[in-house]
Amino acid sequence: MTASALARLIARTGRIAEPAPALPVAPSAQEPNAPWRAKARALGGSIHVRYVDAGGGHDVALELQAALGPVYDVERYGVHLAASPRHADVLLVVGCVTRNMALPLQRTLEAMPEPRIVIALGDAAVDGGPFRDGYGVVGPVSSVVPVDLAIPGDPPAPTTIVAVLRELTGR
Amino acid sequence: MTDGFLVLDLVLGAVAVLAAVGLPGARARAVVAGGLTVLTGAAGVVAGAAALSGTASAPLRIGTALPGIELAFQPDRLGGLFLLLVSGVGVLAAASGIASAHGPSGSRSGWAAFALFLLGMQAVPAASDAASFLFGWELMAAASTALVLAEHAQRATVGRAALWYAVMSQASFALILAGFGVLAGKSGATSFASFAAVDQHSAAASWAFCLLTAGFGIKMGLVPLHVWLPRAHPEAPAHVSAAMSAAMVKLGAYGIALTIVRLLPHGPAWWGAVLLALGALSAGYGILRASVTSDLKVLLAYSTSENLGLIALALGASELLQAAGQPQIAAAALLAALLLCVSHAAFKAALFLTAGSVLHGTGERDLDRLGGLQARMPQTALAFGAAAFGAAALPASSGFIAEWVLLQSLVHATPADGRAPIIDVVLFPVAVGVVALTAGLSVLTFVKAYGIAFLGRPRSPAAADAHEPPLLERIVPLVAAALVFALGLVPGAVASALGPITTGTTGGAHPSEVIGVTLPGLDARLTPLWVLALAAAALVPAVIATVVSARRAPARSTALPWGSGGVLTGARMQYTATSFTEPALRVFDDVLAPTRDVAVTHAAESAYLVERVRVDVSTEDIVERRLYRPLTRLLDGLGVRARGIQNGSIHRYLVYSFAAVAVVLVVVAAIR
Amino acid sequence: MSAVLTGILQAIVLLLIAPLFIGVVRTVKARLEGRVGAGVLQPWRDLRKQLRRPPVRVESGGMLLYAAPVVGVATSLALCVLLPLVSRLTIIPADLFVVVSVMLLSAIAPALVGLAGGTAFGGMGASRHLTILALVEPTLLLAVYALSIPTGSSNLSAILGARIDRPALIVSPVGLLALAALVIAVIAEGARLPVDNPSTHLELTMIHEAMTIESSGRDLVWLELGSQLKLTALVALVGNLVLPWGVAAGAGPGLALGVVALAAKTLLLGGVLAVAEVGLAKIRLFRVPELLAGSVVLAFLAVAVSAVVPA
Repeated sequence: MTASALARLIARTGRIAEPAPALPVAPSAQEPNAPWRAKARALGGSIHVRYVDAGGGHDVALELQAALGPVYDVERYGVHLAASPRHADVLLVVGCVTRNMALPLQRTLEAMPEPRIVIALGDAAVDGGPFRDGYGVVGPVSSVVPVDLAIPGDPPAPTTIVAVLRELTGR
Repeated sequence: MTDGFLVLDLVLGAVAVLAAVGLPGARARAVVAGGLTVLTGAAGVVAGAAALSGTASAPLRIGTALPGIELAFQPDRLGGLFLLLVSGVGVLAAASGIASAHGPSGSRSGWAAFALFLLGMQAVPAASDAASFLFGWELMAAASTALVLAEHAQRATVGRAALWYAVMSQASFALILAGFGVLAGKSGATSFASFAAVDQHSAAASWAFCLLTAGFGIKMGLVPLHVWLPRAHPEAPAHVSAAMSAAMVKLGAYGIALTIVRLLPHGPAWWGAVLLALGALSAGYGILRASVTSDLKVLLAYSTSENLGLIALALGASELLQAAGQPQIAAAALLAALLLCVSHAAFKAALFLTAGSVLHGTGERDLDRLGGLQARMPQTALAFGAAAFGAAALPASSGFIAEWVLLQSLVHATPADGRAPIIDVVLFPVAVGVVALTAGLSVLTFVKAYGIAFLGRPRSPAAADAHEPPLLERIVPLVAAALVFALGLVPGAVASALGPITTGTTGGAHPSEVIGVTLPGLDARLTPLWVLALAAAALVPAVIATVVSARRAPARSTALPWGSGGVLTGARMQYTATSFTEPALRVFDDVLAPTRDVAVTHAAESAYLVERVRVDVSTEDIVERRLYRPLTRLLDGLGVRARGIQNGSIHRYLVYSFAAVAVVLVVVAAIR
Repeated sequence: MSAVLTGILQAIVLLLIAPLFIGVVRTVKARLEGRVGAGVLQPWRDLRKQLRRPPVRVESGGMLLYAAPVVGVATSLALCVLLPLVSRLTIIPADLFVVVSVMLLSAIAPALVGLAGGTAFGGMGASRHLTILALVEPTLLLAVYALSIPTGSSNLSAILGARIDRPALIVSPVGLLALAALVIAVIAEGARLPVDNPSTHLELTMIHEAMTIESSGRDLVWLELGSQLKLTALVALVGNLVLPWGVAAGAGPGLALGVVALAAKTLLLGGVLAVAEVGLAKIRLFRVPELLAGSVVLAFLAVAVSAVVPA
């Protein structure tokens, strides 16, 4: 693509991101004194997310990808994907934990500095979902690492994901 | 004063040889003969310093069995500098050898050869005529060959390395002999003072220059004459390779400096161009080879080739600028060459000695099997790191000052008024580019050497069980490493001492300074101490912030490095020296011409399943493969054919001698 | 004394501008891509957060794991003081060769951290980073050479002074060639597109990020801040070479203008960098040498032309 065509495309497209909704009330807001709230406050409007797909379908990952994309633009609230768990403060796990992913998941959490928040995203991560009794499945995320926030949904909508992450950044 | 210390030097050296031969116990021999060698070096240091400061002295003459031929030693300032350098390195190497020389290198012949080696090295810069010079040169070559050969019973590679070394050093001797011969024939005498009477623009002078450059180039390890260097240095014992690399090869540089400064000053410009091109080639090729090799001592040997290349480049630039009528900048370039010599002596001594400590502590020279030595050999790590700092020419080290002066003289070589000769317009930017590439690649090389050997986790059980060497062997490299920084932080004192050499041919005085270096006529001034002070000042807020933060949030340590969640986390997952330089190997594919061999073994059940993959990457020296291998093959062939002449028949031999006499008579008759 | 004060002022100004510069680049890029962006202050929030967190260090890493980042950020800070950015009066003469070697020093710190971690990715990042560094070196020094020829000095303050006196030097063919080479070198040195992608999450494409993969907490902050400071200082230097006006001649009231001019130039160039990056894709690692070889040729031409054609 030539530079001028690119410039025309940029001018024509303009802003893709939808206007930011008012600071949301997420499903988890019922527990105002949960320990993760204190940890989130210490982060001061910047969170680095380490994403781990522990098993299961790819549906939740697609929704997460949508949340990171330009339409929902979760980055505007101070959320980044981290290149390494050493940089991360939020461990975002999707899918039920398969046998081969149990050790890597534990190691990822172990590699993260304090404070750290673990989110289990989607039904499969929260309670195993339809894969619960599969022969290769260890169990839900909480059976391998302690979970701070469990977000149900099969899969959860991007708006839900954005809302949860906004609660962490407070923006 | 100089002559007195030279006599003392000679006596101490002779006693050291006798002690080495006479004393029975290995321990007593090491202490007495080693100690006397240290003293020999110390006497040389004093004599060299006196000569460098310009103290007048009588020549030291030693008669020989041959009538009319005597050896004469009277170092001038330039000779004094190199006498100081080789003696200083000799002190360090011998001191370290007292602790480190075991087995063959600590034997009677080992210590005797080392003392003779040092005496030979001291004789070369002290000599004031061609015969004495060649005497010292040959003594040095023979003794060092014996030293390289020391461990031939342990490793099969030693014999071949020593053969290469012997052949190349004899070729060097023959070329220098021929060069001096041309000059002696022209001037009718063998003293250096009489050589200076030869017209520099005569054909004889150019022949002499070419022969001498080739001869000294072999000793300096200039490409393509460097092949002996990466073979001989690694096979010699640690203190010997330190002395060879930090001192002996430098005498090649002395030879070239002697030629263009003292014997044939103000030579034609093309001499400078030749030196500059040779130097640029060696510097570039040497550091490229050093960057891709994973054998620690071979790496250091190639880096020697690079450093000597830079010295030749600086000498060539000086010669070119002299011819272009810019004496002040020429003096700066010469100063750069001398500073490079001084700096290289300090850091390369430390590097080879610490490489020896690593070898003693682990039994490994291969970087791919080292790692994590910083925790196990902290003092060795410190010395190696500091010396590597100098080798990479980073600020506050001696290497940096030398490169700074070199670059300053190069960038000032082309004035903005368009008057510069067209050859300079091409050569000097190329030289700057090569120096820059060399600087960048030497950072790569030495970060690799330090990072792979001393950081990370041990890559072999031998590295995991590494231990520090005895006290003396640890302290000597630290002293050498301290010198790297001392020279880097008070370069003014060194530059002032070297100044008279550089301005000797150009006239004018060199400013006398202590902490800063000013290059007269170049509008350039550097005070590295202030750079260090600035860095230290910048460190203050960073350290305060770190301490405050550490108090609030103390660190947690963990056993597992982050391996992307992989289940395999062993030390084999680390990068090795070979993988580290893979990108550089690919980028400089054309020059290094690596050969890759990939062998895939499939599983018996199916060709789709791979059982194992074996990749061999070999980076053989391309000069050796393309130039020397055909040459040795040719020589072998000639040798086989020549065997036909010698068939054992006495009648045939009588015919040969008759024919020879007849030819001589015919030739004599024809000439008369 | 006034030189010391201007030096401290420069360090403080750069410390404030550097994260802001990254914030501007990210925000402009986000806007051009149809996103909103996290705001120009986000790099500040990121650094503040990481500084509060306790670092996790691997046992086998040794002292270098925490010492090298501190030294790295200090050398970057020293670089900011050394360059004539706010004022042409510097604590010590801003000799370009000294500047380049201090820069080398600040580039070594993350490489050592990468190797000390003892992981495959750390070593990989260090290896790539240093290979590129070695290839950038000739461009940098040749560009320095070309810049120094018209003034006969490699002192940056003198070069800036000459450019203010004779603006024709800036748009002369030599000046433009040298500048083009310098810009490529700065981009490669600063790990920006198309040499390195600063926002990648794919380990195998990383260069700078891969070296910091093992660092956390303040160790990470020092590494990041060090590279931000270095990039910002170099961009500011390019800005001053293109538009030498506004740089104070010494200490005094001119400094206020100097600070404003520096901030304006740097942030403007940040916008330009962002626009350029939107139009660029990261090139393959083994195409980078071709780009750098091109920049060497530009710098070489600059030197050759300036030596033949009187300025």
